[in-house]
Amino acid sequence: MTTPPKPKASEERLDEIRRAAAANANAPPAALSSGDSRGADGSESYYGLPVLKPPTWTWEVPLYFFFGGIAGVSACIAFIAHLFRADTALVRICLWIGLIGAGICPALLISDLGRPTRFLNMLRVFKLRSAMSLGAWILVAFSGCMFFAVFSLELLLRGFAPSLFTPLLWLAEGSGAVMGLLLASYTGVLIGATAIPVWSENRKLLPAHFLTSGLGCSAGILELAGFLIPATQFIGFAAAGIETAIGALLEVKKKSADAPLHHGRSGWTLRIGGVLEGPVALVVRIFWGSLPMGREAAAICFLVGALMSRYAWIWAGRTSAHDPQSLFRLQRKE
Amino acid sequence: MGRTAFLTDATICIGCKACEVACKEWNEVPDDGMVWSGLSYDNTKALGASTWRHVLFLEQPQIAGPQISDMQNPFRWVFLSDVCKHCANAGCLEACPTGSIVRTEVGSVYVQSDVCNGCGYCVVSCPFGVIDRRPDDGRAFKCTFCYDRQKAGLIPACAKACPTQSIQFGDLDELKQRSKDRVQELQERGYQDARVYDPQETSVAGIHAFFVILGNPEAYNLPPAPEVPTIHLKSAWTSALISAVILIAIVCAAFAF
Repeated sequence: MTTPPKPKASEERLDEIRRAAAANANAPPAALSSGDSRGADGSESYYGLPVLKPPTWTWEVPLYFFFGGIAGVSACIAFIAHLFRADTALVRICLWIGLIGAGICPALLISDLGRPTRFLNMLRVFKLRSAMSLGAWILVAFSGCMFFAVFSLELLLRGFAPSLFTPLLWLAEGSGAVMGLLLASYTGVLIGATAIPVWSENRKLLPAHFLTSGLGCSAGILELAGFLIPATQFIGFAAAGIETAIGALLEVKKKSADAPLHHGRSGWTLRIGGVLEGPVALVVRIFWGSLPMGREAAAICFLVGALMSRYAWIWAGRTSAHDPQSLFRLQRKE
Repeated sequence: MGRTAFLTDATICIGCKACEVACKEWNEVPDDGMVWSGLSYDNTKALGASTWRHVLFLEQPQIAGPQISDMQNPFRWVFLSDVCKHCANAGCLEACPTGSIVRTEVGSVYVQSDVCNGCGYCVVSCPFGVIDRRPDDGRAFKCTFCYDRQKAGLIPACAKACPTQSIQFGDLDELKQRSKDRVQELQERGYQDARVYDPQETSVAGIHAFFVILGNPEAYNLPPAPEVPTIHLKSAWTSALISAVILIAIVCAAFAF
């Protein structure tokens, strides 16, 4: 037995609401106290309440940013290493990292959706103006490239039809490298092109920051996997160096919208993460870079720092959304 | 049907919340927590997934226009029924990756709940902080501009239930003119800080729900110069491109030497 549908509010009901409101339109005199609806510090706002809505994203999203960066840049390293005729074992592990990432990332993204069973709705439309739409398509394309690249390489290594799989491998690797770079950088564009002050104010820095993080993490994972070759050392140095510069830049930036990057949970997590993937990784590499243990320690520092900073950026967005004054100051160009 | 709009006038709102009640009943919007805020008579605090009309209660230590008051202790109480602005260039619509959010023939911005998958990108893309994800449902919701009623030739439920015509509904251009006339009339009567809130000079390019307010928009938590976030895309992608080129150079150098 089904319950009959609840009757909708009728026109008569709306009239009744209006008449009741008009009849009860006298405020009790006691209510007319002299309150003040400005913010606590006297700044103009509505009781200091947030203007914007904070991001609804949960723990999966920063983790997705992290893994997406590693998988994407690994695919790029695989292609370039292959171009320069590096060790096939290195190319192979890079492609596998890309493929595993291409498996983890969609799972993280889908579980963050309010309606996970509707994840395919992401592919109903293709919108260049929506970084979220573009990102969904990038992830799909990247996964496809990584699948074909790993598939071709594994068959080639076993001696199957080289005339067919060699060009397929190059094609899949090349397009995978482009998609990988997009995957590792679009996440910075995604949060940069929002209404959240701390994100939109750092929209130029974020893609560079996320790409560098992905680069250093990929090299770090390769080192931890045993590839203690000069190439990973060079990349490790470059990434830690750039992260040191980005960390210093963030530290000296003193715009009002940047407050969540300096104070509170988000500020300290970003600072500690930045120090780990920047100066600490760099110093460890300089002094103990000749030892395998030193390089592994630098790799771990970078990975931990990069993961921390991804969480810190999302937390900073949440704090930023709660502060009406940072938005007002930004819009008044103060 | 032409382009329609709301004109909400703070100077004649009596804070009765009939609009909130009518909206909830007509659209069958669930409650969003019975919490006493302690902030004047406002216990809803902000627009959200389950609050599509929100009456603000401003308490200000100043007088309203020609009001006769104890000048040692000036005080004015201002009410305003806030609502989704239905931007001409809407951040939520631009951000939506599923095509769930669409523009209707009356110019409003409408969320198709049967398509939304709750990705949450519209939430951070709305420059007014209107749309939000309903936690238990997972999808994003906001004011529908009573699209169903408009299709049936009726006016939105909030406008219908408003006892003072503080919420007016009608043709966009006509209401824009009416809002200007109203502000001029108020200023002539001594309300010097009366103004129209309708950010047309920014990238939002005008809204379908504008307001007549007293004082600065910030006091109503209305952003003074809202921008649609897609204006940031170009500089962010340029940075991504430059960074990618540098990254490729680093990796090439690593394997070349």
